[in-house]
Amino acid sequence: MEPSELKRSKDSPNLDESTRRSSFPDEVLERVLSLLKSHRDRSSVSLVCKDWYNAERWSRTHVFIGNCYSVSPEIVARRFPKIRSVTLKGKPRFSDFNLVPENWGADIHAWLVVFAAKYPFLEELRLKRMAISDESLEFLAVSFPNFKALSLLSCDGFSTNGLAAIATHCKNLTELDIQENGIDDKGGSWLSCFPESFTSLEVLNFANLSSDINFDALERLVGRCKSMRVLKLNRSVSLEQLQRLLVNAPQLAELGTGSFSEELTFRQCVELESALSNCKNMYTLSGLWDAKGIYLPALYPVCTHLTFLNLSYAALRSDELAKLLAHCPRLKRLWVLDTVEDKGLEAVGMNCPLLEELRVFPADLFDEEIIHGVTEAGFVAVSFGCPRLHYVLYFCCQMTNAAVATIVQNCPDFTHFRLCIMNPGQPDHITNEPMDEAFGAVVKTCTKLQRLSVSGRLTDLTFEYIGRYAKNLETLSVAFAGSSDWGMQCVMGGCSKLRKLEIRDCPFGNAALLSGLEKYESMRSLWMSACNVTMNGCRLLAREMPRLNVEVMKEDGSDDSQADKVYVYRSIAGPRRDAPPSVLTL
Amino acid sequence: MSTPLEHDYIGLSETSSVERSSDKIPSSSSSSSSSTHPNEDKTTRTSLNLKGTELRLGLPGSQSPERKVSLFCKDLESNERSNGFAVSPLKNLMSGAKRGFSDAIDGPNGKWVFPMNGKSDVELAKGAILASPRAVLEGKNKLPSGREVGGPPQPPKPVQDKNILVPSANEHSNAPASKAQVVGWPPIRSFRKNTMASNSAKNSEDAAGCLYVKVSMDGAPYLRKVDLKTYKTYKEISSALEKMFTCFTLGHCSSNGLAVRDGLSESRLMDLLHGSEYVLTYEDKDGDWMLVGDVPWEMFIDTCKRLRIVKGSEAIGLAPRAMEKCKNQS
Repeated sequence: MEPSELKRSKDSPNLDESTRRSSFPDEVLERVLSLLKSHRDRSSVSLVCKDWYNAERWSRTHVFIGNCYSVSPEIVARRFPKIRSVTLKGKPRFSDFNLVPENWGADIHAWLVVFAAKYPFLEELRLKRMAISDESLEFLAVSFPNFKALSLLSCDGFSTNGLAAIATHCKNLTELDIQENGIDDKGGSWLSCFPESFTSLEVLNFANLSSDINFDALERLVGRCKSMRVLKLNRSVSLEQLQRLLVNAPQLAELGTGSFSEELTFRQCVELESALSNCKNMYTLSGLWDAKGIYLPALYPVCTHLTFLNLSYAALRSDELAKLLAHCPRLKRLWVLDTVEDKGLEAVGMNCPLLEELRVFPADLFDEEIIHGVTEAGFVAVSFGCPRLHYVLYFCCQMTNAAVATIVQNCPDFTHFRLCIMNPGQPDHITNEPMDEAFGAVVKTCTKLQRLSVSGRLTDLTFEYIGRYAKNLETLSVAFAGSSDWGMQCVMGGCSKLRKLEIRDCPFGNAALLSGLEKYESMRSLWMSACNVTMNGCRLLAREMPRLNVEVMKEDGSDDSQADKVYVYRSIAGPRRDAPPSVLTL
Repeated sequence: MSTPLEHDYIGLSETSSVERSSDKIPSSSSSSSSSTHPNEDKTTRTSLNLKGTELRLGLPGSQSPERKVSLFCKDLESNERSNGFAVSPLKNLMSGAKRGFSDAIDGPNGKWVFPMNGKSDVELAKGAILASPRAVLEGKNKLPSGREVGGPPQPPKPVQDKNILVPSANEHSNAPASKAQVVGWPPIRSFRKNTMASNSAKNSEDAAGCLYVKVSMDGAPYLRKVDLKTYKTYKEISSALEKMFTCFTLGHCSSNGLAVRDGLSESRLMDLLHGSEYVLTYEDKDGDWMLVGDVPWEMFIDTCKRLRIVKGSEAIGLAPRAMEKCKNQS
């Protein structure tokens, strides 16, 4: 007998089930559970027993759906009657890199129709990689009178007209966050659609729209929305205009500047610096488009309390970055372009001991004459200075096994290690060996590793290491790597917590695909493109695992037997009915 | 399998194209002629170049257009006759292009080979075929077009050292080409890619608001400064400099014994300058003195640090043929 069972029977030998249940009324349980925010905790709770399942579903107000096709809106609505906030993710991640056909799916509209009927009090909608049309945005704007927050990341299918509809109709809007979408920018007039009586906006992010907006309308909007804490401007807003906005919004916590490069008079510089220094609550700074080194000192007063600095659209040189970072001792997250080079990263190591996250993006993918960027030296320098580093995304032109070994020795707490050596299949540039030992070191040392992206020349040995050591790994991205099926088999067999696996251009075939047969139902999804998987292999998988959707995308002119792109995911909604002709569900 | 042949072809094309290109550089700088007329040659080059630098937003799932990315400035010497304008051999080519490189690499296969372990040479050769049209992808295995590397698993072969070393040896030249040619690689979101591409285009047009460089002229008592940004072509800057240094030229000529005119006759001025008395040179970023006009305008303003109008006799070392031609026409 379990010790707990023993205790129970000793203490209350006569208690039967019904009495035990009534001593813990549902309302109390629901109240307690309503404090649970994490959807994983909630999932666990719902599995305890039927009562807990019910209590959980009645108390849940936010639902997170990682794959919009894993479940249908009707099923969601049936299970969770009181939802006010929905997060939905649609297309496979590789759609960000143009690997998914345009009309693939993940359209939000069917969801909105169900939500309008079942969740009329819906307040928040956060979408990632979904297709959303202007009609859907208009429908959204008029169907939910309490609607407060809209966040669109990496979505497509809509234009600024849709935004105009949101601005016009959503009287209680607190958040409008438009990031990195395939948006048809028809002009900036949408911003002028916020009524003059509208004052509730707290988050406004239109940094990735290109058109000019009516600055007077923006100035008035910012002026009357006293609770605004996040403002991310687009490039069309000038430095001088920024200063005018800041004067009216010193409470801002997150600022994305507009263009940071126009000619300012001395007096204007002083005014800008003064306006920025009044922003005592600012902890995030981004934008800084076309930043000119000479204006960066205006930022110094803000830098002292910054925790997140996003310079990924500002092509700074190493000396410019170094000067800026000298004023940013509290930085926890830093995004930069590789124009800062290794020297700039040395400055990171020297100035930012609290750094937890570093992302280095490549500046110039197509410029043949400029061969700069970062190497292993920069990463190593950061690792010496920033022992708390746990999230890295690093695009580099070269790397060595020894450097990575040093890095993880300095920073053993990596949870996210995404290394992209930009030449596919490039070996250790000093020893010419594969990069197997580098990733071996990562998985052996970083026991908390959740996400890994590998690159460079890799044999199956890398995947042996991953399967053997990466026991907490949840997301793995592989490109141009591996020698045989064995590599993928190691991963499928060893990584018990694996949830998302995306593979492109690797020599993994049917044996590899089928080695994960048992595993795919516990995963969110699998993506394999330009591998050696055939249609027959996919058909076999589909046949053996009826609760998986096995979708194949064919390229024009390809061999009939090859499965060019395969997307496998678990679903309780069955095969989807909105697939375009290029997507075959097996 | 015509394995050795394809392997050699790939290997050869990499090194030979590099050699070929590097050969072209010295020859182009010693080339004499100036060209002011657009010709088919230039148009082709322009169209090639524009294509290469064009920002394309491909449909998801489509391949990036062939970027015949080239690394070395193609020989811009044209066969045009000089118009006698010796001050600056005008190379008015590609004035609209953002980047001054044109295709110097022949062959349909692009330049990059993925050195995959366990790949046969054929697979590697196919791997080299990136964004090339599907027509090029004839192969025993009839690879689908979207596939950059593929084929049935091969028993692990000895590392294709040649293919791997060639890229790393020529890292500087080959690496960027590969970046441009693989669909969806490196994995950057389209928004960022497009922003950075337009950024760099913007920057190369507009690096600073203005770009003042000193202009000195042999024998002149003081220097001038010109803003290179205000000019778009070599012709423009030449005319402007002529005007600037008019007085000195006249004076100098008189001391040389040439007849001094009463007024500033423009045509007389031009004659003087065309008369191979003076040549326009510039100091580039590396500190070398170069003849103005060899490289595309964009590249010139990027690298020019100062200008110097030198006497024809001193410029002989730079461009002997130019001097010949000019002398012949004066």
